[in-house]
Amino acid sequence: MIESRQRRLSMVRGVLSLSVAAALYELTARSGYFAPALLPTLPTIARTLVATIADGSMIEHAAFTLYRVMFGFALAVVVGLPLGILMARFARVEHFFLPLISALMPIPSFALVPLFMLWFGIGNLTTILIVFYAATFPMMFNTWSGVRSVNPLWLRAAGAMGADEHRLFWKVIIPGASPFIITGMRQAFLRAWIAVVGAEMIAASDWGLGWVIFDAKEFLNTDVMLASLIVIGMIGFVFERFIFGSLERMTVMRWGMVRAAKG
Amino acid sequence: MVPIEIRDVSLIYDTPGGKVPGVKDVSLNIGASEFVCIVGPSGCGKSTLLNIIAGFLAPAAGEILIGGKKVDGHGMDRGVVFQDFAQLFPWRTALGNVSFGLEMKGVPKDERDKIAREQLRLVKLEKFTASYPHHLSGGMQQRVAIARALAYNPSVLLMDEPFAALDALTRDDMQRLLADVWRETRKTVIYVTHNVSEAVYLADRVIVMTPHPGTIKTEIRIPLPRPRDPLSVQFLDFQKDLLRHLGHATDASGPQKANGKTTA
Repeated sequence: MIESRQRRLSMVRGVLSLSVAAALYELTARSGYFAPALLPTLPTIARTLVATIADGSMIEHAAFTLYRVMFGFALAVVVGLPLGILMARFARVEHFFLPLISALMPIPSFALVPLFMLWFGIGNLTTILIVFYAATFPMMFNTWSGVRSVNPLWLRAAGAMGADEHRLFWKVIIPGASPFIITGMRQAFLRAWIAVVGAEMIAASDWGLGWVIFDAKEFLNTDVMLASLIVIGMIGFVFERFIFGSLERMTVMRWGMVRAAKG
Repeated sequence: MVPIEIRDVSLIYDTPGGKVPGVKDVSLNIGASEFVCIVGPSGCGKSTLLNIIAGFLAPAAGEILIGGKKVDGHGMDRGVVFQDFAQLFPWRTALGNVSFGLEMKGVPKDERDKIAREQLRLVKLEKFTASYPHHLSGGMQQRVAIARALAYNPSVLLMDEPFAALDALTRDDMQRLLADVWRETRKTVIYVTHNVSEAVYLADRVIVMTPHPGTIKTEIRIPLPRPRDPLSVQFLDFQKDLLRHLGHATDASGPQKANGKTTA
């Protein structure tokens, strides 16, 4: 009961801060200091948003972007999770990948887009690979940290109860590392979502939210650009809050392995 | 249940500061269904010895036989309870924790749930089968840990200061409960503690260890009838006797602090 009240309260707070930001924007847009073509008012943006959703174009663009991000993100999980585990278990794997991660993770995925375009052409392949690049390292890194932080007492207890290597892995190490694995997925998705929009701006043709923004620049369609940004923000928000948030609530929070912030 | 033979067991810790003897030439015979407490000041090697018996550490010399079988690594003939509450798996309910060993043994789900429920009833937690560890108090978590160690029916129960982190009142309750559980299950128990009254309350025999290096100094039989009254004259006499041995044990190595009443 208390939890649901707190969640309602946090929703009210969220709406409140968004409203304040929106009001400030609207005041600036209507102040007359800026050209309306550069700073469209909220009703104009809203009309464009509704219209592009109604004619299906915004939905289709978003679907393309989502397809690319999910594909690249899934690849990153499939590759990064086992590699992170292997790194934590075998010193040689760790010695090989750790410097690689340190060197490659700081390179902005956006900086690789022109190179990937030359290698893989324009379209889905390049964008998916950029997403994959952006998302794999946080996935690996967090999984590695998570496996290393598994309480040795759990391993001892499980060993004493007859767990072999295989079941130690699935029944103790994976759930034991789950707070880090979920954090890894969250960070991987956020980086993937940032990367996909950037990659689409130059490496996608005709479809995708990033492409829409870049294309709208040619025609000074700031309302389309801002409407697309709103969609990008909303999808990111939904994933972060509802999908990863509820994954966390159903698992590690329920198990008391991580707690909600108090006060 | 089975007897345990410990023959000339030694272990040396390799630390950055040099080689430190953990335990040296420890020999001890424990009868089937006997309750043995090992007491001694910090660093006397009592936990090390328990970890060797559990199979977590390999001795540098000597051997341990459980029911005539040589110990080599951990095995399902022994159940282990640690001091730290965090030993439970937080992602499993009380029932899930207790049934873990049975799951590893390949017992079908219905049967292992039934056995786990039975074990939780033994430690008076039948109402909390569906609770996750973080919703249970420290004492309840330790009871789950005991039930978990008993569930797959090992013949030996090894306990490393399981109640040391509990408050005094809860600890008294837990000692009573453990005495009941032992009476009902008749396991061979090796129980490490530095609490003298706990040892006198629980043990058939108390082994006193001294540090540097960890060796057995003496042993005291406690032939008092059960349930024991911690306020009876005989009980207090045994306690005094034990404290005297511990006092001598620490004379050589520094200030006296092994009065058994100190905090965990």
